[in-house]
Parts: sequence; C-alpha cells; structure tokens
Amino acid sequence: MEILTTVLSVTVISVVLALIIIVAEYFFNNYGECEIDINNGDKVFKVEGGYSLLSTLSGQKIFIPSACGGKATCGLCKVQIIEGAGPLLPTEEPYLSEQERNHNYRLTCQVKVKNNFRILIPEEFFNIKEYITTIESISQLTHDIKGFRLKLPDEETVQFKAGQYMQFYTKPYDKIRESVYRAYSIANVPSDNEAIELIIRQVPDGICTTYAHTQLSEGDQVKINGPYGDFYLRGDCSEIIMIAGGSGMAPIKSIILDVLERGIDIKMNFFFGTVTKKDLYDLDYFENIAARHDNFQFIPALSKPAPEDNWDGEVGLITEVVDRFIDDGSDMEGYLCGSPGMINACINVLATKSIPEEKVYYDKF
Amino acid sequence: MTIDINPLVIFFASILTSNMILSNFLGMCSYVSISGEYKTASSLGKSVTLVMVFTTALNYWVYKLVIVPLGLAYLQYVLFIMIIAASVQIIEMAMDRLLPDLHVKLGIFLPLITVNCAILGTSLFMVIRDYNFVQSLLFGLGSGLGWWLAISALAAIREKMGKTKVPRGLEGPGIAFIITGIMALAFIGFSGIFTIT
Repeated sequence: MEILTTVLSVTVISVVLALIIIVAEYFFNNYGECEIDINNGDKVFKVEGGYSLLSTLSGQKIFIPSACGGKATCGLCKVQIIEGAGPLLPTEEPYLSEQERNHNYRLTCQVKVKNNFRILIPEEFFNIKEYITTIESISQLTHDIKGFRLKLPDEETVQFKAGQYMQFYTKPYDKIRESVYRAYSIANVPSDNEAIELIIRQVPDGICTTYAHTQLSEGDQVKINGPYGDFYLRGDCSEIIMIAGGSGMAPIKSIILDVLERGIDIKMNFFFGTVTKKDLYDLDYFENIAARHDNFQFIPALSKPAPEDNWDGEVGLITEVVDRFIDDGSDMEGYLCGSPGMINACINVLATKSIPEEKVYYDKF
Repeated sequence: MTIDINPLVIFFASILTSNMILSNFLGMCSYVSISGEYKTASSLGKSVTLVMVFTTALNYWVYKLVIVPLGLAYLQYVLFIMIIAASVQIIEMAMDRLLPDLHVKLGIFLPLITVNCAILGTSLFMVIRDYNFVQSLLFGLGSGLGWWLAISALAAIREKMGKTKVPRGLEGPGIAFIITGIMALAFIGFSGIFTIT
C-alpha cells in the first residue's frame, strides 16, 4: 500500500511540475514566428522563435561550424549579426576580440531567436551539407591510426578546399548513449569529390575515435557534414613549409596532392614527425612523389627511434629538424597540423626563420 | 528544537558563522570552478541568492502542505530537487522574457545552479531545524548572501593572485581550496557573536 501511495504521489507531483513548466513555456518561451534574413535578402525564412540561432539555422539546413555542440567552449560558431541579437552575453565574451565585437560578431549557439534577425553568413557556409556516407574501405595505417574512405551517396558530390575538415557523427554504442560529433580533416584531393578520406588516431577513452576504431567496418553508414575551416593554401609566396605530427598528416596530404594536380608553381617542404618508426605511415607514398617532383621535398623525422628501427633518417623533435633545414623563411608560409603543444613550438621556430605568425596557418586538434 | 530563535540572528549567522560554503562546505563545485573572475563570480552569487530565497519559500509551503500531510517525509530529498529544478527553469524562462537585461547579467547562470547542493542544503536544514516561515525566508536569504560573499571574496583573492607564482601542483582548484580553508578559519572568528546549529 505504501509503495503504491509513494509511486502515485511522486507521479502526481512530477506531472504537476511538468504541466507547470509546459504552461510557463507556452507563456514565456513563445516568441511566435520570427523572420531571419541572411546576407541582405539572399535567403529569408520564417522560423519558430525560442531556440538558439545555431539550432534554428541547422533546422533550415544551414550548418554553422561548431566543434563543441553549442556549449560556448569552442568559439567557432561566430557570425555577423546586424540586427536582433540583443546585448553581448558573458558566455560569449572570451571568444570575441575587440575587432569582432565592433563588427557585431556573435556566437550563434548563445544567441536566442526572440525577434527578427538580419545576419551575414560567409558564402562558403552554404556549401556545407550533410551526407550519409558508406564506408568504402578502412586501412590500418599504424598500430593506432586508421584511414577511412567514406563514399558519398550516388549522384552527390562535395565541394571543398584542400585542408578543410568535416564533422563526423557517431551513433550511440556501449555505454555512450548519445550521438556525438568531432572534426576531422579531409585527406583526399578536392577533385576526388565523390568520397571523403579521413585519418583517425585512436585516443585512449576518446568517444569518437574509439567508435571509429572499434565499431565501424566496411559497408557501415556514417553521417558527416561540412566542409568547414580556413586552413587551406594561400600561396602568396614562392615556397611553403608544412609540418605535421601523427594523424595531422591528413590536411597536408590533401594540400600537397592538390598543388601537384593543379600544377601550382610553388616549392613545398613537408616535415612529418613521429616518435618511433611504428608511428610512421605513407612513407613510400611521399618518397615516390618526392622522386618524381622537383618542387616537393619530404622529410620524415623520429623523435625517439627505437634500436630495432634501423633509422638512418632525421632524428630529433620536429622543431629541431625544421631548424636544421630552413635558413631564411622570409618568402615562405607555414602550414601546421598537430597537437597544440607541437603547433605552439613550431610557431616559435618559424618566427626565428622570419616567418611571422600571420603567415602561419594551423589546425589544432 | 530551535523554534524561537530570532529570525535576524538566523539571518546574520547564516551569512557569517554558518556560512554555506565556509562552514558547511556545500555548493563547492560552482564555487571552485566559477571563481576565476570577480565579475562573473559576483553575478553567480546574486543568482544563487535569488534562487535560494525563492526555493526556500516554495519548499517551505510544499513541505507543510504536501509532504507532511501525505506522510512523504522520506521522499523530501527527491521532491525538493524536483521542485528546485522546475522552479529554476521557470525563473529562467520568465526572466528571459520579462527582464531581458537582468537575464543577460544573471539568468545565464541559472542552469548552472539547478544542481547546486547549497540550495538543496538550505531547504533540508530548514526542515531539520524546524524553522517557521519567516525564519526560513531569512535563513534562505542569509545563506544566499553568505554564499555570494564567500565566492566574491575567493574570486577577488584569486584575481589578485593572477600574477603570483603558484607551485605547479597547486594551480587552479588546489590553491582555491587552500584559500577557502584559510577563509573558513577567519570566519570561525565570528562564532563568538552568534551561532546556530
């Protein structure tokens, strides 16, 4: 009897509270229909108010980059809001520079749609689409890195710049109940536009990397969207220096293949750093390219070669190797992809070679 | 039972000698994580105060009118939590709609304090100590102000310490706990003035 009354009273109280919230939501969170105007009338649509601008836009199939999923921790989802955003929120402050604030940049994940909006979205965001892909092949590149080739649905193609990245969605598995997404750089060349290749290193306890490594096999479906990012070749120079560590090779590979394919007249130096020989991959592939093209130099380096590696190539931290190879970088641009620690160290080294930070482009993962 | 304590004594005691953080060590998670910057910490403190007063008052009547008559005292933890969560959500929605300026300053912190244990603690202490309505209200207000005082003080100290060299193992939360400990010792000094248990 007592169990029954407990269950009953808890149920009744929960229902009453839920009803109160629904009623309150109806009164307070009901902002009616709001009109969103993108790029001065290019696209205008009406939406139901009360949700964040980020999710409202993705409901309209306009995807703004966001690596954190709307928690105001990545700062990627900023766009210019000309009208409608209201005052700047404390949660946005850390991610907006003085200049961005003056130009009305805001984080779309924090701004709520309560009235009509006028916003400016860069054209390339409209290339961003969602794709349900099929895994065509998986290759084991090293003991902890796998390469994935994801085939787009028939008749569909993707337009991206070499160096950009895609967002990759997991399905719930094991104890992970929610779908999550993470960003991975595209490793194939843009002309190969019917598939996306990704290089994923398994991070211990990483939700998404563990999913990719243990749950996926050829023929499985994977949801991705993109492309995103401003890591791509600028080419305002005669020579570029590219530095990657581990799975950071992906965007660099895409850039190299793109430059060679389009016959761009630029000299490329590619430094690829890992710890031991078992972490290296695609060695023959790049050495082959280097043998066939005069404008491409490939320098793999190991920081701590194991005795059994029989390594006669470069040894040392990638920054030391770069320091040995490059004398004067005043007509060079730098392209970096790897861990934040590696990138910061490389920026410092490149600065000593007269490559200022404005001419160094990077993706930190 | 402490039923006839002057409500004002409860009010001041809950700010100083029975401070939610410094003597009961409740609500520590947001206290440690959001105390890096004085401005933010102070806004969070104000929101906690607001929610504490509101939920203590609400829970008092829920306890008297629903929990006691139905004999559900053993469920009070669950029910209080549910009521706190629901009311915080409603306050946030209402504030966003009716007081947008205030929402920008305080409202965005509200989701963070839904699960703040100091808020639940205040409601539970109110029941255990058998306070009447006025006592509960002032207890809620005092506890909130005390929490605000503590987090503002910690944030101000941490801001001052911004440039000092802290041993590596103690950076961040480590040193925050040590500062809190010293602050707690200092606050014990008030216990000669008035104490509630």
